[in-house]
Amino acid sequence: MIASGLQIYGAYPRFGRRGGTLYPNALHDVTFPHWARLGGWLAGGLNWHFFLMWPLMLAGIVYVGYLIVSGEWKKLVFRPRDVPRALAMQKYYLHLSKEHPPQGKHNALQKGAYTFIVCLGMLSVLTGFAVYKPVQLSWLTAIFGGYQLARYWHFCAVWLFVGFLIVHVIMVFVADPASFRAMITGRYRGRYTRDEP
Amino acid sequence: MSRKPTRRAFLASGAAAALAACGWDGGRHGRPLLADISRFNDWFSERLFSETRLAPKFDPADRSRSFPNYHIAAMTPRLADPAAWRLEVGGLVRTPLSLTVDDVKQLGTERYTVAHHCVEGWSAIATWAGTPLRALAARAGVLPAARYVRFDSFDRDYYNGWDLASAMHPETILAFGFNDRPIMPEHGAPLRLYAPHKLGYKLTKYLTKITFTTDRPGGYWEDQGYPWYGGV
Repeated sequence: MIASGLQIYGAYPRFGRRGGTLYPNALHDVTFPHWARLGGWLAGGLNWHFFLMWPLMLAGIVYVGYLIVSGEWKKLVFRPRDVPRALAMQKYYLHLSKEHPPQGKHNALQKGAYTFIVCLGMLSVLTGFAVYKPVQLSWLTAIFGGYQLARYWHFCAVWLFVGFLIVHVIMVFVADPASFRAMITGRYRGRYTRDEP
Repeated sequence: MSRKPTRRAFLASGAAAALAACGWDGGRHGRPLLADISRFNDWFSERLFSETRLAPKFDPADRSRSFPNYHIAAMTPRLADPAAWRLEVGGLVRTPLSLTVDDVKQLGTERYTVAHHCVEGWSAIATWAGTPLRALAARAGVLPAARYVRFDSFDRDYYNGWDLASAMHPETILAFGFNDRPIMPEHGAPLRLYAPHKLGYKLTKYLTKITFTTDRPGGYWEDQGYPWYGGV
């Protein structure tokens, strides 16, 4: 999804109307390297992007649907009371405190990250539709501030996804490498017992 | 141990994803699959299309200072003898027509200031004036068997096709005016197709012929892989 998006970006690597003011963009007029792009040219990039959007949305619906039906969402949703717990967890990670704060299945920082990534996924899909159908779904495009701003938010979401992915995978190996296998197979054989108090 | 094959499958799909990321276009087997999915997306886009929804309008003061123009011929296509130009209307119609620009203008004028969306991702605002295509269709008497419309041009072999519903939308026009002036050769003079609900490559410039058909026409860019529907 990202690689085909970077291919599409190359056709107009800026944000703002023709002849108008452009939005600040550190990647203005950047052409991404060949290995980072998918599709070969604009039409190929579009066709990949409009194909992969379906499995992305399906995965999102199945995932969020399962969380709701199973009640697992209660262990994942970040609530206001998680704010002090998240700060305590951050202190522990920064070696400012030695005690690992008590937690349920996920600590408060994890809850924050997983709640954020679901919201980011929804934002990507909605801004995507705003860019895909700015006339038929003009109300949606207007919510994001118009066509060029919807493109802008759609592109910003990419880098938040990339940042999340890097931190997420680093944390897996730092905190509990056995959970990497569990992420793929669904079976956990690590040193922690399930649902520690 | 059921874990190993799962992991192997994961690694294989990871390798496939890595291959895909190296600028791979899908290959011999991938390209037809992508074309099929693209046809599905055409169908999906037709479901999102409304025959009555009008595009958001802008103030003429918002017009873009620059408005790119593309053609496929080496030079901007221009008529050698503008007086000899005629728009041919044919195919599945009761009365085939051969019209001058003035004949077309007689059928009524629609004017709007809208955003133009290019498949590349840029957008620009301009005011367009033209005759609704559906007025022309009514004049020619389109037969019930017609499902698509083919638009031909004198920009080399540029052409493309539309679904009838998009073509009969009240904002689909045969434009002869751009920003309060007669349309310039750069923007498709003497007559071009325009609609705010289609991407730029669907808006055939330098029109010569409009044909109502039962079979889905291809298109210059569409035949090379661009989405056929191209609606926004």
